[in-house]
Amino acid sequence: MSATIPLEEVKTLTLNIYRFDPGKDEKAYMQDIEIEVPVNKDLMVLDALLIAKEKDTSLSFRRSCGEGVCGSDGMNINGKNGLACVTPLSEAVKRDKLVLKPMPGLPVVRDLIVDMKQFFDQLEKVKPYLITKDEDPEQERMQSPEEREELDGLYECILCGCCSTACPSFWWNPDKFLGPAALLQSWRFIADSRDQATEERLDDLDDAFSLYRCHGIMNCVSVCPKGLNPTEAISNIRKKLINRKG
Amino acid sequence: MKVDEIIKAQDLPIKDFDGIIIGGGGSGMRASLQLAESGLNTAVISKVFPTRSHTVSAQGGITCAIQSDDPEDDWRWHMFDTVKGSDYIGDQDAIEYMCSEGPKAVFELEHMGMPFSRTEEGRIYQRPFGGQSKDYGKGGQASRTCAAADRTGHSLLHTLYQANLKAGTNFLNEWFAIDLVLNSEDEVTGVVAFEIESGEIFYIRSKATVLATGGAGRIYASTTNALINSGDGIGMALRAGLPVQDIEMWQFHPTGIYGHGTLVTEGCRGEGGYLINKDGERFMERYAPNTKDLASRDVVSRAMAKEILEGRGCGPNEDHIMLRLDHLGPGVVHKRLPGVTELSKTFAHVDPAVEPIPVVPTCHYMMGGVPTNIHGQVITIKNGADSVVNGLYAAGEVACVSVHGGNRLGGNSLLDLVVFGRAAGISIEKSLKQGANLKPSSNEDIEQALSRLNKLNASQGGKETDELKKEMQNNMQNNFGVFRREDLMEKGIQDLGNSREAVENIYLSDKSASFNTARIEALEMQNLFEVAEATAITANERKESRGAHARDDYTERDDDNWLKHSIYFSSTKTVSKRDVNFRPTTVQAFQPSERAY
Repeated sequence: MSATIPLEEVKTLTLNIYRFDPGKDEKAYMQDIEIEVPVNKDLMVLDALLIAKEKDTSLSFRRSCGEGVCGSDGMNINGKNGLACVTPLSEAVKRDKLVLKPMPGLPVVRDLIVDMKQFFDQLEKVKPYLITKDEDPEQERMQSPEEREELDGLYECILCGCCSTACPSFWWNPDKFLGPAALLQSWRFIADSRDQATEERLDDLDDAFSLYRCHGIMNCVSVCPKGLNPTEAISNIRKKLINRKG
Repeated sequence: MKVDEIIKAQDLPIKDFDGIIIGGGGSGMRASLQLAESGLNTAVISKVFPTRSHTVSAQGGITCAIQSDDPEDDWRWHMFDTVKGSDYIGDQDAIEYMCSEGPKAVFELEHMGMPFSRTEEGRIYQRPFGGQSKDYGKGGQASRTCAAADRTGHSLLHTLYQANLKAGTNFLNEWFAIDLVLNSEDEVTGVVAFEIESGEIFYIRSKATVLATGGAGRIYASTTNALINSGDGIGMALRAGLPVQDIEMWQFHPTGIYGHGTLVTEGCRGEGGYLINKDGERFMERYAPNTKDLASRDVVSRAMAKEILEGRGCGPNEDHIMLRLDHLGPGVVHKRLPGVTELSKTFAHVDPAVEPIPVVPTCHYMMGGVPTNIHGQVITIKNGADSVVNGLYAAGEVACVSVHGGNRLGGNSLLDLVVFGRAAGISIEKSLKQGANLKPSSNEDIEQALSRLNKLNASQGGKETDELKKEMQNNMQNNFGVFRREDLMEKGIQDLGNSREAVENIYLSDKSASFNTARIEALEMQNLFEVAEATAITANERKESRGAHARDDYTERDDDNWLKHSIYFSSTKTVSKRDVNFRPTTVQAFQPSERAY
């Protein structure tokens, strides 16, 4: 994202990138692209990709804000899901190697771009919006700072998909298990003091797959670029379901 | 029909909607929500998944007199601040509408579920922001900016997406709009667009088309703006023969992170942070004795640029300023500014609760845009008079309604989005209920909207996007920045003129159909170029200093000649003037006076 990168002192970095263009490639393949990066400045993985794209304009990846808030550039960086724009090369490059692949578990559209339809379909199933029964007041609804604090760690989700595509349960059952991102959103609304649909929300989750396929592997927690904890959200929903049966 | 072929209008498949919105940011999704909730068949065409839109990056808040911090607060005080902030070329009917309708629009967001921060009483938390006052500037600093921590844009955008899901809006996500389709009466009947993933291309026909494409900060080399902010709506409007207004007015935000451009919110200073030069001096006390670091953005950015130019910048190259927050303590910094903490650690390698953040004034916001009235209807100029363009609306940063005039106040962009996105939706609903009818467009009309895609697909050689973009961005950065002067601007205009042919005939080497981002970047470059040239020519023409437009060769504001909007048409490359509205309906107009902070 830097405007002008001083290139006086540079070193060569080899990016090993997953390539696939459905218009011409039968199969995906890995391609080395050599780029020059400054010695005395730590670029982000996204910066490296932008330099690579100047060399090969056919290289495709999503990107937008460049600061880790829009969630466009989730990808698999040396084996771990993360956002390219906030992952520094100093952290990502291991033994002079940077392997970039699309997020696993979803169909690849092209190069580093995956088809996120399944991910968003699962999100929509949790009715990710406030549901109220009472009429809206003239002003805002009241909510105490403590009630609002319940939403911290939940509302910040950027829907990048890093968590769900790092989750083995989601890989096996992407159509039945809702996945960590959707379940975090589900809890975001259950936890909201203003929401009046907790029972329906719990009913919707009370089957063998939607929620209970989470086996607490916690890959979601270890990859979340925003430091959120979907596993905890899932366990909070579990507790609600159990208490309700109790 | 795919985007990699040479396409004939008669072969183009058609999709039909009552209303289409080009752009899935805050204004677009507020407009679509209004339409979808009124039962109209509505589609949002967005080149990215909607929550990736640049609204997501807004941090500090949405300014509005909801009387939470101060029960005596008054929207008229907000109006006064906004008029003064605009350096008196904001339209007072529009500012009146925004400030008075604002509370309704903000409460609606809360009702949709937006997770605002709260006060002990349970109301929405409001923080102080720049250029904000009580009692028409006489009652001291106001706290009028409603906030969700420092992630207000993120909260707002996700909430609007959620509300649209609930309302059943159709989303054409990752679709790219190429050009508007105009019929023989110069009415807008839709747009030619393609699905990025498949490359399938369509004429999307609609009774109403809303431009909600956001800003174009990527015309500059250094900007807080997302990579997608390429002025697509401005490009489409200019190519359709429509004008842009006050496009020379670009806001440079005081606190972009040095070396990277990422924004840290004005809320940092609202919460008590301040700027220092290399001597550790809190220099804003000299430039704005009353409001200091909370003077309006144009004033603070100029002061910073001056400190640097006069040798008082920080660092080994004396080329930046420091923003101090450490005196506030980790409690305030980490609780109220968690996003800023994260960004500072990532991009400046400092924890702002411990060390100051290095910052520089950075291109941030386009005050100008496609002129509209307060109903969101696009205006063109015919024989010197305003004339409504049937079928076309605009809202948000792409529009110039104009509530920001020469300088936008912090927190007013999010308010602009929701108030005028909503207003456009309401007026479309009304006009469709009255049975608004547009004459169908002919194949020839559609062919026009296809022409630049076909040219790109036929390209055999020439300059590619990256080279042209870098030239343009450096040109704009060097010649049309915080301070401007004629000789540099004329050189800049000449360089742009020399590039135009290459930009119109840009070479696309990869002609593949599926998710070809090189094709999109080429189409975006052409849009950026239209914005850059419009900015350059208009900036040179406005021979005064007003708001964000500061000239070394015309240092004073010239109300006799320039208490006016500028209007620019690209077909003739000419600049004319349009009257500023001084006719609010419920209050007396605020007359221009000296602007001191």
